[in-house]
Amino acid sequence: MTGKGGTGKTTVAAALALALAAGGRKVLLVEVEGRQGIAQVFDLPPLPYEERKIAVAPGGGDVHALAIDPEEAMLEYLEMFYGLKRMGKALTKMGVVDFATTIAPGLRDVLVTGKTSEAVRRRDRTGKRVYDTVVMDAPPTGRVTRFLNVTQEVAGLARVGPVRTHADMVRGVVASPETAVHFVTLLEEMPVQETLDGVAELRAAKLPVGGIFINMVRSVDPTLDGPFDVAELAMGVKAAGLGDDGNAAVIAEALAGEVTEQQRRAELERTERDALETAAVPRYELPLLADGADLAGLYELAEAIRTQGAA
Amino acid sequence: MTSPELDLDGIIDDSGTRIVVCCGSGGVGKTTTAAALGLRAAERGRNVVVLTVDPARRLAQSMGLTSLDNTPRKVAGADGELFAMMLDMKRTFDEIIEAHADPERARQILTNPFYQSLSSSFSGTQEYMAMEKLGQLRRSGEWDLIIVDTPPSRSALDFLDAPERLGRFLDGKLIRLLMAPAKAGGRSAFKILNAGFGLVAGVLTKVLGAQVLKDIQTFVSALDAVFGGFRQRAEQTYKLLQAPGTAFIVVATPERDAMREASYFVERLAEERMPLAGLVINRVHRSPAPDLSAARSTAAAEDLESRGEHELTAAVLRLHAGRMQLAAREHREQEHFASAHPTVPVTQVPAMSQDVHDLDGLREIGELLAKR
Repeated sequence: MTGKGGTGKTTVAAALALALAAGGRKVLLVEVEGRQGIAQVFDLPPLPYEERKIAVAPGGGDVHALAIDPEEAMLEYLEMFYGLKRMGKALTKMGVVDFATTIAPGLRDVLVTGKTSEAVRRRDRTGKRVYDTVVMDAPPTGRVTRFLNVTQEVAGLARVGPVRTHADMVRGVVASPETAVHFVTLLEEMPVQETLDGVAELRAAKLPVGGIFINMVRSVDPTLDGPFDVAELAMGVKAAGLGDDGNAAVIAEALAGEVTEQQRRAELERTERDALETAAVPRYELPLLADGADLAGLYELAEAIRTQGAA
Repeated sequence: MTSPELDLDGIIDDSGTRIVVCCGSGGVGKTTTAAALGLRAAERGRNVVVLTVDPARRLAQSMGLTSLDNTPRKVAGADGELFAMMLDMKRTFDEIIEAHADPERARQILTNPFYQSLSSSFSGTQEYMAMEKLGQLRRSGEWDLIIVDTPPSRSALDFLDAPERLGRFLDGKLIRLLMAPAKAGGRSAFKILNAGFGLVAGVLTKVLGAQVLKDIQTFVSALDAVFGGFRQRAEQTYKLLQAPGTAFIVVATPERDAMREASYFVERLAEERMPLAGLVINRVHRSPAPDLSAARSTAAAEDLESRGEHELTAAVLRLHAGRMQLAAREHREQEHFASAHPTVPVTQVPAMSQDVHDLDGLREIGELLAKR
């Protein structure tokens, strides 16, 4: 799940995880940027680098969460592939871990996507996948292609060798038909433009584009679409007991300003909807939550995702 | 709890203000705020350059920025001295190398595969180069006010930390280890190091592969011979930011996440003793009929609906109630901030129905920013 900053990417990722878990499935929600966004959305204390159950989905499914810390992922990687766990301390002290996770180009991303790929592929003793789906709250649209295009990213760093082999494994998971990169957008010019650019970039990199989640859609009474009479509004205001002869007109005038503004925005939203259509991918609409994205709101969004068939 | 008012005109009109840094989480209108302030300052007589890292296309066009050529260009149509530039981090890095190395050594560094990925990667380089460019613009003395927006980092604070981190790496133990073979004449010098170093080098070879390690070594030794003071440069820029001529402006929208990030940022700037000017809250929703509350509006709509009268009015009242609820929620977020940070000055910019496309749009935002 990607999206421009401010579009509600983390919230929608969380709602999608809930929707996918509904009816008894098991979903892992992964966070990669160290922002503790998942904890905030679910109103929990900060998550450690450890998979733990954080929510129960409608109809009894489980959402687990993992906040990936690149340093921990690096130490785990060393242990898993090289049996070098005890080296961790020495490496940390030498600045190797710091180097690998913050400075070495692309390495950080490979570690993070690598950990996620491992969770995707993990099987239990019976050979069944441990998670039915893994949802990643990915970096914003402007950086997501680069982030997911791991082979390209480490190309300069490692043309051959173990890092490259690891990157190729990750690429296999990310580019597989089992993966979908979804976009979250608002019906505003900049996020829509970034979404379209992002879709084009992903396609150019041969990465699988999923759908577009249009977030915070306001539902407006169609009565307000056409031209309307301020005098009629003034009469209504008076009939509703909100003003007398003198100030009903004043109130109506002010309210009319709100309607005009709403119509102008609706017009712009139509333009942006048309623009999104050119991406030729499925689109889903999520309502603006009156009380903000609290826990109840998350379940409401999950429901909207399910009824539209996105999960 | 109400916040004191942020007097942005007072800041940009003060000839002592030399740098304005706009920071905040992604998607809150940082670049737009930086550009609008730049235009306003230029039109009020300052000689201004706006340094932007990653502007949206339309916004870049509104300032006449069509190419990313890493050089300040004069903005046509501004009634004053306004220049704007987009940061090209790779070119900025290349220029540092070219300025400090003899041509042969510069060539060695610029063609090194490790350098090439380092200089075009996003992990820290962009933040470091933004600060480096800021230092360059400041030293050039060509502009008396530099306005910069911070990179769209995973955390809004990266630009404060990244230079220090890159400096720490380049001056650190790891680098000394990697340089050891070069200093020992290129022979397999890991042998002469102590066991701990040898072990680490062994791990690096195993994980990264011998070729990568060799690229890094060549790069680091070439770079070190050119200038050892990466950390020193980072520290200089850091001090520049702490100086009294700098004003930090935190940008947010009145939503929970953005305001939380803004709070965090305000605290962090205080910790680092960076001069905070105040908070800009963009996209604040207001109503032209603020005296009609959401509750009263909803009740009236329900009344009309139950009577089956004035369908249009009922719909308008519902729209208004929604608007008032949103405004109330936004107001609560701002109050939270004000009670946590009662001394931080704040200014609001109302939500616009359209994005900014041209200088007129920027001018309008500038007016709204300064309005008290």
